[in-house]
Amino acid sequence: MSIYNPPEGWLQAPKGPERLWIGLALIWCIVMSLAMPYWHFYGKQNASGESYRVSAVDYGTRVRQFVEANTVGEASGIPIVEIPPGGDGYLLARMWSFYPVIKMKMGQTYRLHISSMDLQHGFSLQPLNMNFQVLPGYDHVLTITPTSTGVFPIICNEFCGIGHHMMTGRIIVE
Amino acid sequence: MASAVESLPILGNHPTDQVRACDTTTLPVCLTAQKFIKLHAVAAVVFLLIGGIAALTLGLTRWPAVHLLDAQWYYRLLTLHGLNMLIFWILNFEIAVLYFASTVLLNTRLASKSAAWVGLVMMTVGAIMVDAAIFGGKSDVLMTSYVPLKASPWFYLGIILVAVGTLVGVINYFATIYIAKRDQTYKGSVPLVVFGATAAAIIAVVTLLHGAVVMIPTLLWSMGIIENIDPAWYRITWWGLGHMSQQVNVCAMVSIWYLLGTLTVGSKPLNQAVCRGAFVLYILFINVASAHHLLVDPGTGSVWKIWNTSYAMYLAVLASMIHGFTVPASIEVAMRKKGFNRGLFGWLANAPWSNPGFSGFFLSLVIFGFGGGITGVTLGTQQINIMAHNTLRIPGHFHVTVVGGTTLAFMAITYYIVPLIFQKDFYAKALCRIQPYLFGGGITLMALGMSFAGSYGVPRRHWDIEFTGGLFATGFDAGAHVMLGIMGVGAVIAFLGLLLYCLLVVAAVFFGRPVEGKPMEAWNEEPRGQIDAEEVDEHKTPGTLVIVFVFLTAFAVYYFANWMWLSDLWEVR
Repeated sequence: MSIYNPPEGWLQAPKGPERLWIGLALIWCIVMSLAMPYWHFYGKQNASGESYRVSAVDYGTRVRQFVEANTVGEASGIPIVEIPPGGDGYLLARMWSFYPVIKMKMGQTYRLHISSMDLQHGFSLQPLNMNFQVLPGYDHVLTITPTSTGVFPIICNEFCGIGHHMMTGRIIVE
Repeated sequence: MASAVESLPILGNHPTDQVRACDTTTLPVCLTAQKFIKLHAVAAVVFLLIGGIAALTLGLTRWPAVHLLDAQWYYRLLTLHGLNMLIFWILNFEIAVLYFASTVLLNTRLASKSAAWVGLVMMTVGAIMVDAAIFGGKSDVLMTSYVPLKASPWFYLGIILVAVGTLVGVINYFATIYIAKRDQTYKGSVPLVVFGATAAAIIAVVTLLHGAVVMIPTLLWSMGIIENIDPAWYRITWWGLGHMSQQVNVCAMVSIWYLLGTLTVGSKPLNQAVCRGAFVLYILFINVASAHHLLVDPGTGSVWKIWNTSYAMYLAVLASMIHGFTVPASIEVAMRKKGFNRGLFGWLANAPWSNPGFSGFFLSLVIFGFGGGITGVTLGTQQINIMAHNTLRIPGHFHVTVVGGTTLAFMAITYYIVPLIFQKDFYAKALCRIQPYLFGGGITLMALGMSFAGSYGVPRRHWDIEFTGGLFATGFDAGAHVMLGIMGVGAVIAFLGLLLYCLLVVAAVFFGRPVEGKPMEAWNEEPRGQIDAEEVDEHKTPGTLVIVFVFLTAFAVYYFANWMWLSDLWEVR
């Protein structure tokens, strides 16, 4: 009984089905443990968390320079900015918008930087449902290769105040 | 039961007139401990009701067809809901469980009455302070209060008071175990339930220390004394509090599973060493599982993420999978011994399903294992987390662990606490019998809706998925709206189950017929089976084996399906 002191000699190895199950469960846990390093080396989707400390002022400057050099259009009053293939793009999150609209080409690889000017935000790319955390003071770099074309909404999925639900952005892939 | 009771020394270390023998189990009940078990249990139910009313309004807001609250009240009541449920309800109930496990099962008095008062008062004052700060309107920061979101200093001070008050209760628990050992009130090793409760208490100490490390500087920051708190540091330390406290809940819940198995069908653990070993795994390997809240964060690298997710987490997962076998297996053996020895599942079909202590416990086990366990491990896989982080899949997961699992187990044990500790009889026993089904069914439906809506990308903690007022028109597939409707219906059903629980408990505790001096009226007649004369082999549990194989198959299918979906995403590293 689990509410009374166990009889003496309770320290025994498991037997029968219990032993079988512990063995199977352990093997399953090992499989799951190995799956992650396997995917890290051979899989194409990883969140390596590459990041650098950055002040809001410095990051704002980089975003401005990036926008000035690469703007190709405008949508909803926000510049559409094309990242040069293989180059660095800068996305800025703040209450309550993503700036600018990013344009990329399918199959090209880009270094997409994301940081916040104020609170914590969430970078959630729809409808793919790819999600990354955005922190103030950290330049989070995603080395990203779009494998489909279209207009992809970005939504914020970390609570950032009363206007959180209005915080949207765009990535355009051709 | 009688033979086991005789092996206990009758007097323990109780002062005269400070002890009574339980009229049902004959176990000794320390009257001081009994008083604090009652006070913490009543406080717990009050906070459960506050959090539950908030939950209903949240469910009705996220159900797009209803969309009840405005944005400000949605986030305000979401803050209220998280703290009252996850912290105030659960911690108060856990302190009650700790006081019960140490004093009653070890036949000892409570170590310190004044410390118990200090703990209770701090927890209560702190909780009221937090709730007042939330309704004061300057603390809409949600439960996690991620910096640099700033709440009023009273909010952080209240949380610190609750944490320290809980710590006082936990230390009182250790002191009680110490004096029981010193006064030799029990022989040999402690009972399994006490062992599990101790595991919970040890993890609680580590958890609450993390809470102090993160909350004290944050309080000073909100008062303007400290200039800056690093958001990445805050997240990793806060989750040392936030995630580990869930492991306290798991330990407490599993201990209650074993307790209810014994109380409802007289089960005993197949192998004490295995069950205890699994609790030790929780203590050793859960302490870095806070990592899986940071899997798509900047600031920590792949090696850190993978190591902390797999090494630590999967040995704790192993522990849960072990309990997931030993708990139903012990029920199977107990029921077969009662004569339900036919077929694979005769023992399960004839279990006392009309006993809310049993149905609540077994539903908790199934919902936690099949719902919470499988989703938790999968979503906590480093790369798969890309498709889950901050979507509704996350609350879809933890509402079947901490609500369908822990809260339902706490509800189930209440059907024994009220008659045995409060010594009051329930009214409307037919309603008591359906309450676990109502609550468990509702919460399962709600979590399914959440999980599937989250798979469409619907974010958690989000007032309006039409993104009204946003710069770019954005929305979700119609399927996501259907799932949110299912979530809303589930939330309403679960709320009815919660309300019924609160009403039944309040009616029994404050207006119930006293049942002092006579044994508790059993919830069900003693099950008597076909009385097969053959001896039951204590290690033969074919029915449970089938259940766990089905579980492992479901686990593997869900796990590998998620890897497959992940491989369809854009390439990223």
